[in-house]
Amino acid sequence: MANPIAQFEVKTLIPLNLGGVDASLTNSGAFMVLTVVAITAFLVLGMRKRDLIPGRWQSMAELSYEFIAGLLRDNVGSEGRRYFPFIFSLFMFILFANLLGLLPYAFTTTSHIIVTFVLAMVVFIGVTIVGLVRHGGHFFSYFVPSGVPMAVMPLMIPIEIISYLSRPVSLAVRLFANMTAGHTMMKVFAGFIIPLGVFGIAPFVVDVALVGFELLVAFLQAYVFTVLTCLYLHDAIHLH
Amino acid sequence: MRILNSTIAMGLGTLASSLVAVSPASAAGLPQLDASTYSAQVVWLVITFVILYVLMAKMALPRIGEVLEERQNKIDDNLTKAEELKAQADTAAQAYETSLSTARTKAQGAIRDVKEKAAGEAAARQSALHDKLKTQIAESEKAIASARDEALAGIKDVATDVASSVIEKLVGEAPDGKSVSGAIQAALKSRA
Repeated sequence: MANPIAQFEVKTLIPLNLGGVDASLTNSGAFMVLTVVAITAFLVLGMRKRDLIPGRWQSMAELSYEFIAGLLRDNVGSEGRRYFPFIFSLFMFILFANLLGLLPYAFTTTSHIIVTFVLAMVVFIGVTIVGLVRHGGHFFSYFVPSGVPMAVMPLMIPIEIISYLSRPVSLAVRLFANMTAGHTMMKVFAGFIIPLGVFGIAPFVVDVALVGFELLVAFLQAYVFTVLTCLYLHDAIHLH
Repeated sequence: MRILNSTIAMGLGTLASSLVAVSPASAAGLPQLDASTYSAQVVWLVITFVILYVLMAKMALPRIGEVLEERQNKIDDNLTKAEELKAQADTAAQAYETSLSTARTKAQGAIRDVKEKAAGEAAARQSALHDKLKTQIAESEKAIASARDEALAGIKDVATDVASSVIEKLVGEAPDGKSVSGAIQAALKSRA
């Protein structure tokens, strides 16, 4: 039976070294490039007619725009407008990486903790900078919960700080674990199909259902990542 | 919410580490934890994500935004135009109503005038006819009366002649004209 975690192996396609740093194009990097190409093609080709009454493809491109714009407006407010390109890129990158990863023989970049962690750190550091720039030193009042007696402050403040610092970890691990667990499960069931002969129909049916489930997860995790980013951004802009 | 997040993070962290522990197939554990792959992945993630951001911010999103705005403008435009047209239609309808009611009043006035005039004329004509008929009746009555008088005057002569000839036939000799006319006179008198 094939190793269910072999699908996560990073293979070097084109070795490359930039000033002592390994920058080889791997299957992971190749799928990142493919993700960007797919997103750009989806949006630019979808909008090329610029129809007043959109067709199906243009409708989908517009829908993705309006979906993220609505998400940002509802969760951050009008101040979030300038972060729209970033939030949109983030959502589309994760969504397309998740969806492309579901194709047979594909590599899922978002199943790698380093990828999700870098994305989460970009969000975390970016949001913290936004908060500091907008509020200066007043930003640190964020860690002092209001309406709490002074006596429990020594307990509450460390908890608030830890919960703040754990944000990138929770963002990164949630996406990574969902992708890894889903793909591993599919592969485990797939590995039983041939060895079980006629009874292989049972794991096959399970895998068919799992494909649908993983499509849902692919969208949901991209959505969750984006919504949490919006909430963090809201906190940084409005401080509670 | 934030506390919940960190709880989930911790839970998933444990899950991840247990996954590593229970995968003996590869000696190195999960490929995701092989740090030698990190630098290449980070470099490509940064490159691709920056390119994606630029493509989205400079090309794709402005295009979609323009199309959406254009459509919104068009819709707003059409709505304003529709409102204007509706106002115009309302004014026209009002003008129509006004002119219709004026025309109706005017027509009613005209009808009343004509009716009154006709009634007056009819009355005048009727009275004229009445007078004419009256004179004709009076004339006719007079003519009838004179004709009757004439007839009555003639009756005596005829009666005398008839009586004389009857008596002559019966008696065989002509009677005295004076006595016959006296008898007729008396008979007519007793009848009248």
